[in-house]
Amino acid sequence: MKYFLAIAFLFCSFAFVQAQYQIGDKVDDFSLKSTDGDLVSMSDYEGAEGYIIIFTCNHCPYAIAYEDRIIDLHNEMEPKGFPVIAINPNDPKVQPDDSFEKMKQRADEKGFPFKYVLDDGQKVYPKFGAERTPHVFLVDKNRVLQYIGAIDDNYKSEDAVEKEYLRDAIQAIKAGKKPQPATTKAIGCTIKTS
Amino acid sequence: MKQKLLVLALLLSFLGSTFAQEATELKVFDFEELQEYLPREENQLVVLNFWATWCKPCVKEMPYFQELSEKYASDESVRVILVSLDMESQLETRLVPFMKKHKLHPEVVVLDDPDANRWIDQVDPSWSGAIPATLFYRGDQKKFFQKSFHSLEELEAIIQTF
Repeated sequence: MKYFLAIAFLFCSFAFVQAQYQIGDKVDDFSLKSTDGDLVSMSDYEGAEGYIIIFTCNHCPYAIAYEDRIIDLHNEMEPKGFPVIAINPNDPKVQPDDSFEKMKQRADEKGFPFKYVLDDGQKVYPKFGAERTPHVFLVDKNRVLQYIGAIDDNYKSEDAVEKEYLRDAIQAIKAGKKPQPATTKAIGCTIKTS
Repeated sequence: MKQKLLVLALLLSFLGSTFAQEATELKVFDFEELQEYLPREENQLVVLNFWATWCKPCVKEMPYFQELSEKYASDESVRVILVSLDMESQLETRLVPFMKKHKLHPEVVVLDDPDANRWIDQVDPSWSGAIPATLFYRGDQKKFFQKSFHSLEELEAIIQTF
């Protein structure tokens, strides 16, 4: 009986610690619905050199502060083989401002040039280990995770940015190097889940 | 006459409290300034809650920090400090009105230091940067939680472990 309990306990603890991708891990592709009606997967992007996966959303002030920068980033980097895929990880039941309808509205208002998809059922963000919005995961063309973290070092003002963490990481991958730093942190909104 | 005096007294106290509130000046710090400012008394447990008015789960758990602070108001052993991460442009338009509306009991300080990658690990290496987040410390002992609290009892249970 004791052993049974011990084993049961072990299983329970494993169930709670969900495996999350680490730098160097190959990430699974996903198939998520975009505001323009398409189902989006990494494999759809022919000839991509990598993927800028950004967990972001409508309502979070930090996400809003980065919207224009994410648009610029996609416009600059997509022709170089690094498209942005923006994933809203929030449960719309908990945060109604992040519903699929509201996502469509926001994408239209801002004219998002990148795909803005909903993590419907919240299956994708836990695998990445995304914890906040915005939270960036940069993946190379072999779908190996190379960088996790912030876009840059100043959410308040693009003009005051000194370290462009994400752009530097993309340059490193293009040069066949490992991004340094490979992880950074930033303040953000918790991912809303029931 | 008595009535007039009463009205006058009420008016004066009203004006007085209005002036007192307006005189409240927010302390706005970068991370180094915050570190210097934070109390480090040997026998005092500090509960440092990182929050913002725009953060729904932060606002939801605020009553428990309020209760905790009120409970220890005359007792130096526990002190609650609310570290606001509200944006600079919203201090007067959102933070100050929020403080007044909810009559926040704990002291509020503003951490305005946008390069968070530089200081998040110094608060605690397990912190991703998502808020709410709460640090309990006394002397060299500290416990960090990146989570929401749901009762005063939950906060007190952690205090008991110190």
